[in-house]
Amino acid sequence: MDSTYRHMGMHNMVKHLSKVTALLSVFLFVSLVTKGQDTSATAEVIVEQPAEGPAEDPNGISADPAIIASGKTIFENNCYQCHRVHKQWTGPALKDVYDRQSIPWLISFIKNSQKVIQSGDEYAVNLYNEYSKTVMPNHTFLKDADIMSILAYIKAESANVPVEDTTTTTSGDGNQVAQTQDSPYLTVIFGFLIVVLVLMVIVLGITITLLTKYLKGKQDLDEADKELVEQKLDIQGIFKSTTFMAFVIFIVVALGAKTAIDSLFLVGVQQGYAPSQPIAFSHKIHAGQYEIDCNYCHTGVTKSKNANIPSANICMNCHTSVKTESSEIKKIYAALDYNPETKEYGSKQKPIEWVRVHNLPDLAYFNHSQHVKVAGIECQTCHGPIEEMDVVRQHSKLTMGWCINCHRETEVNTKGNAYYDKLMEVHQKHSKEPMKVEDIGGLECSKCHY
Amino acid sequence: MKEHKKQYWKGIEQLTEDPHFVAKAEREFPEYLPVGEAAGGDGSEGTTRRDFLKLMGFSVAAATLASCETPVKHAIPYLNKPEDVDPGIANYYASTYSEGGDYCSILVKTREGRPIKIEGNKHCPITRGGTNAQIEASILSLYDQHRLVAPQIKGKKAKWNDVDKQVVAGLKKAAASGKKISIVSHTILSPTTKKVIDEFIAKYPTAEHVVYDAVSYSGMLDANQECFGKRVIPSYKFDQANVIVSFGADFLGTWLSPVEFSKQYSLGRKIGTSRKTMSKHIQFESNLSLTGSNADNRFRIKPSQEGVIVAALYNHIAKKTGAIETISGSGLKDEKLKKAVAFTAEKLLASKGSSIVVSGSNDPAVQTLINGINFALNNYSSTLEMGLPSYYKQGSDQQFNQFVSDAKAGAIGAVIFYNVNPIYNTAKGAELANALKNVSLKVSTNIVKDETLAHVDIAAPDHHYLESWNDAEPIKGHLTLGQPTISPLFKTRQVQESLLAWAGNGTSYLDYLKGNWKSSFYNAQVTTFGFQAFWDKCLHDGIYQHGGMFAALADSVSNMQDVAIGGQVFTPNLSKAASSIAKNYKENKKGTELVLYQKIGIGTGYQSNNPWLQEMPDPITKATWDNYVTISPALAKSWGLKMEEGIFTKKAKLTVGKKSITAPVMVQPGQADDTVGLALGYGQKAAGRVANELGVDAYPLISSINNNQSLAATDQVKIELTSEKHEIAHTQTHHTFMGRKTVIQEATLTEYKKDPGAGRFHPMIATSEGKKKPSEVSLWKGHEYPNHHWGMVIDLNSCTGCSACTIACQAENNVPVVGKKEVIRRREMHWLRIDRYYSSDADENDTTGMEEPSANPEVVFQPMMCQHCNNAPCETVCPVAATTHSTEGLNQMTYNRCVGTRYCANNCPYKVRRFNWFKYHDSDKFPDNLAMNNDLGKMVLNPDVTVRARGVMEKCSMCVQRIQNGKLEAKKQGRKVEDADVNTACASSCPTDAIVFGDMNNPESQISKVLNEEQPERVYHVLEELNVSPNVFYLTKVRNKSKNGKKDA
Repeated sequence: MDSTYRHMGMHNMVKHLSKVTALLSVFLFVSLVTKGQDTSATAEVIVEQPAEGPAEDPNGISADPAIIASGKTIFENNCYQCHRVHKQWTGPALKDVYDRQSIPWLISFIKNSQKVIQSGDEYAVNLYNEYSKTVMPNHTFLKDADIMSILAYIKAESANVPVEDTTTTTSGDGNQVAQTQDSPYLTVIFGFLIVVLVLMVIVLGITITLLTKYLKGKQDLDEADKELVEQKLDIQGIFKSTTFMAFVIFIVVALGAKTAIDSLFLVGVQQGYAPSQPIAFSHKIHAGQYEIDCNYCHTGVTKSKNANIPSANICMNCHTSVKTESSEIKKIYAALDYNPETKEYGSKQKPIEWVRVHNLPDLAYFNHSQHVKVAGIECQTCHGPIEEMDVVRQHSKLTMGWCINCHRETEVNTKGNAYYDKLMEVHQKHSKEPMKVEDIGGLECSKCHY
Repeated sequence: MKEHKKQYWKGIEQLTEDPHFVAKAEREFPEYLPVGEAAGGDGSEGTTRRDFLKLMGFSVAAATLASCETPVKHAIPYLNKPEDVDPGIANYYASTYSEGGDYCSILVKTREGRPIKIEGNKHCPITRGGTNAQIEASILSLYDQHRLVAPQIKGKKAKWNDVDKQVVAGLKKAAASGKKISIVSHTILSPTTKKVIDEFIAKYPTAEHVVYDAVSYSGMLDANQECFGKRVIPSYKFDQANVIVSFGADFLGTWLSPVEFSKQYSLGRKIGTSRKTMSKHIQFESNLSLTGSNADNRFRIKPSQEGVIVAALYNHIAKKTGAIETISGSGLKDEKLKKAVAFTAEKLLASKGSSIVVSGSNDPAVQTLINGINFALNNYSSTLEMGLPSYYKQGSDQQFNQFVSDAKAGAIGAVIFYNVNPIYNTAKGAELANALKNVSLKVSTNIVKDETLAHVDIAAPDHHYLESWNDAEPIKGHLTLGQPTISPLFKTRQVQESLLAWAGNGTSYLDYLKGNWKSSFYNAQVTTFGFQAFWDKCLHDGIYQHGGMFAALADSVSNMQDVAIGGQVFTPNLSKAASSIAKNYKENKKGTELVLYQKIGIGTGYQSNNPWLQEMPDPITKATWDNYVTISPALAKSWGLKMEEGIFTKKAKLTVGKKSITAPVMVQPGQADDTVGLALGYGQKAAGRVANELGVDAYPLISSINNNQSLAATDQVKIELTSEKHEIAHTQTHHTFMGRKTVIQEATLTEYKKDPGAGRFHPMIATSEGKKKPSEVSLWKGHEYPNHHWGMVIDLNSCTGCSACTIACQAENNVPVVGKKEVIRRREMHWLRIDRYYSSDADENDTTGMEEPSANPEVVFQPMMCQHCNNAPCETVCPVAATTHSTEGLNQMTYNRCVGTRYCANNCPYKVRRFNWFKYHDSDKFPDNLAMNNDLGKMVLNPDVTVRARGVMEKCSMCVQRIQNGKLEAKKQGRKVEDADVNTACASSCPTDAIVFGDMNNPESQISKVLNEEQPERVYHVLEELNVSPNVFYLTKVRNKSKNGKKDA
């Protein structure tokens, strides 16, 4: 009896060990896959280099490194599309601009250039004509102090000619993108764990084989144990068994049903939709390579429900002088009836019919400014890595589940916004969790459907 | 040898190879098959079976493909985006509505360059941000398919060049022959247009400008000419009046400037903690008008009595004040009338200098006496400003009659109909149509294909006013600008520009307008430097006060009354008036009399092709899509006529002199006995698909008094009931509120003064623990409103029932028009209705009697829309949770979730939910729903509001799109929401500020102040006992009389 019990125990042990090994292998596989995904997500860290500047100057342009740094940010976000400091770009080179005109003149010109031009200012009119009547957009949102800091930055840059000359014309412009890194400790721990797991699987496998061999050598096994040790599969029998048939049918039906239901849910979902456009505009070049701010072309994104597909006159801000020979650019010229030789616009203009990529159903209301201006969400959150796309494709599902999910997970951007004060106060009274969109009625029907 | 072949033939045609037979022989079905038409052909070339199969195959393939592929949608941005237009953001432009002298300063909301909504301009001191139904609806008329799309010469499309050539040649010919050239127009408020016409007249010296108004004020103007030496109408200040007496003037609905007067009137009628008094309003009239239904005391009179009563009142006041001489007259004999006059005189005399007496009569004799009464009461210094005249109506009936007789006599060589339709909207239409044969050049500038078009050679269509530049001077010194809010939709040309072109002046009207403003107004002011700055400011504000501040101008003439007493200014011809009245009016004339009137929505019929206005329930009768003869309940009783369910009625034959018409009959409580009423503006033959042949044309029934148009016919009027049946599309078949104090709660001013909560009904629920307030017995847990709690307060005391809100709501929320048949089935879709209740004389326990309104009932209007209940009965019964409650107190309706069980509508105690029985958009079945069934009409739709599909429920959303927009603006600026950020369409349109909307969680909001500080006692919920706890509150109605339901006199 004793040995029977012992053998029974042994037999159970083999069973359990097999299970554990299988589980471990699955875990190993899953963790490897997850790890792979983790490493693909990288964090970009931008290191800013504060520029050194000369001392205080008669125009009142500051030499404070902090102001220069903020001027640099403003410059890059608002001016860089058309202006360089040392080189003529879409607009004039800005080196020593403060010596050419007075500070108040510059401020009024930057804020609303057309007003200055219309007032008949000779210098402004000449400038306007010289640059083939390219309209400089209004920057009324800039404060005087902002403009002063831009000037401070320009002044600092102006002094840096020999060093910066090469970099200003390349895309980097002094910015250094740090190499993407993962925490080294995490990798080590992860690697170690994987090794341990692999070892465990091997050891367990060996143990099972050894035990089976040992049991085979024994003569006093009972029927059940023998069966286990001398497992020979009766494959035909299994295939013919009702249980198996039922199981197979069930699996097939279940998979079929799931596929059908899943595909039904995908009716009208155009994720990945990337139609070819009448003009092969590349976001990769404009947003990626040249780092043009999305706002520059999509003018409505912070103020309207529509982000606005840019009007052709925005293209012409640069493309009167950039890549004028390209066949794609010529399509813009054709639409505007523009003659690049004479630089004149004709009357036979024909709008460009872009193909809409993101189609929300009419019953859903979406507002860009709410998400971009108020919530401060990056364009890429919904539109994906747009700066890498030659042809724009629909990155997100744009289903209601997708919207709702984001509203459940996203924390409300309440910083510096008095609108949310009361909501925050009420929320904090009965919760220590951060306030999510869901908590302030972000899942209610009438937020999007009316 | 040739093989012999036997030949068989089916008939002789085959044997002879008849071409007709040969042509058909190849076909299987030689008969007509309508397939070709479907394939785009006209069917004449016939169709083969193969075509049919091809077509079928193609359709199946197309349908399959269409269902698989998601359709490619295009996005077409601007090529050159204007700096100030951003797709998705509404732009507002100040402009002016001034059609035929009806004036309102407005803001036009445009989206992507399309005007979609009209709001009042709050900067305007005259209309003060109010609008009315006709103004709100005028946005849809812009997109009317019935508009002329290009100029026409003899009914054929033409080019402007050719039109100009022909017109100029015709004008020169007429001038050379010495015949008159007549420009016929309604009242023109625009000073610059008048200058254009003057320039035209200077060019063609035989030209004359004939001004007439479809509903004339000529007699009133003539009386003022006689009394004050100026043919103008004074400006009125109803807000300054403690006592208002009106003889048939519907000043809240259709008389002169209803938006302005409604604003003023409501100011005098508002009561609250800070103001415990209100004006007293006495109305004498025959038909129950909107104004009469708001009066504290209403006396029913026959039109033939009006003059006698006015004379009696005049003598009464003249005697008491001694300011003017009395006139001869027999005086009144009827005790009731005597009492009424004495009562009115007593009230007026008690408020000398702060009262106002107006009359809608077009008889100069009556108007002379009205002037006399106001003069004797010293009102010309306070409530009427003769020195600050209004120019709303300038027409002259004599001038128009002269024009018609000139045309008949062949003295007119050319006529230009300047946006008028006299063939339809005058009594002399048929006569004129005949006389026009004698005129060699006939031009019309009307924008639609109307009745006059058929009688002119040249159509030179004007722009719609929303496509035009214009200015207006409604009151002396008050100027407004109108600017185009959309590029002209069609090849039309502004009428002023046409006139300038024909006068040989090639300037555009904009330049001309600017030039005139520069010389006339800019140069006369000192506050703004630089014409461009001046122009920009005026254009931005929409208004400009010429000659310094408005008030300053008023002050300078406020001593008018003193001047008048010197006998220099007030010079009435009293004896003439007295004899005229003695001749034309009798106190006890026998027989039926007819009073024509204008409906609030349709007016003179100028915009009758507007389905919004046609489907708008008339505030009084609640009928849509029709006009009808209103008769008194007494007459109906004598006929044995009963309007079953308020819908089924019979037609009656109405005879006036030699003319007769047959129109349906409507039993109208409050109609004076022995009088009948009939609305103008219907029965048009060329108004467009909506209004054609709708109702009967009442214009031919217009008669005259003292050479002026008279809407009342007092002689030879007969009415006989016929057996012909008719259905009237009524939206409210209940007349009275059956004494249900839970719906209408009202009090008198005397009671209110004693107890501000007078008239409030406090329902109690019996429980085992005694009686409790409904809110204390609740199954509901209530909701938390952490940030906003939107609510609405409606002051029943201010609401005049004018229905501007109904149309504003329709325009804002894309509410469909369903047509007459569907309204009869009670499927109208208005989110906001105005319930009109009469009171009953019957005892409270007499339930059948309570249903019958009294002969001269009190009326109360109650705007009713979704009450946004906190304990909403609809929410609990929805099986799919399509209607839910928000954290801001809104009852949300989610169309895309609704499956159309209609449980919610069944469970709604207020019956404010509307079900889409059909697909009202893009449907051939609802051609009258102009805003949704053609590309042109669709331009009026609000892009922020879903057009609902068939089978879903809808209801008032409290303009959630506006709430969301207001919140977003505040968020973008990082601040809290203020009152000015959000307002609903109904509240912003209201000319009496009866509706106040706002955030009840914000203690600074107006609604919080009304609810908690100003009116806490008057606030009630409709059906409070149900404890559904609505977010819409009502304030009790307070009448300025000693006892409710009874007459003072």
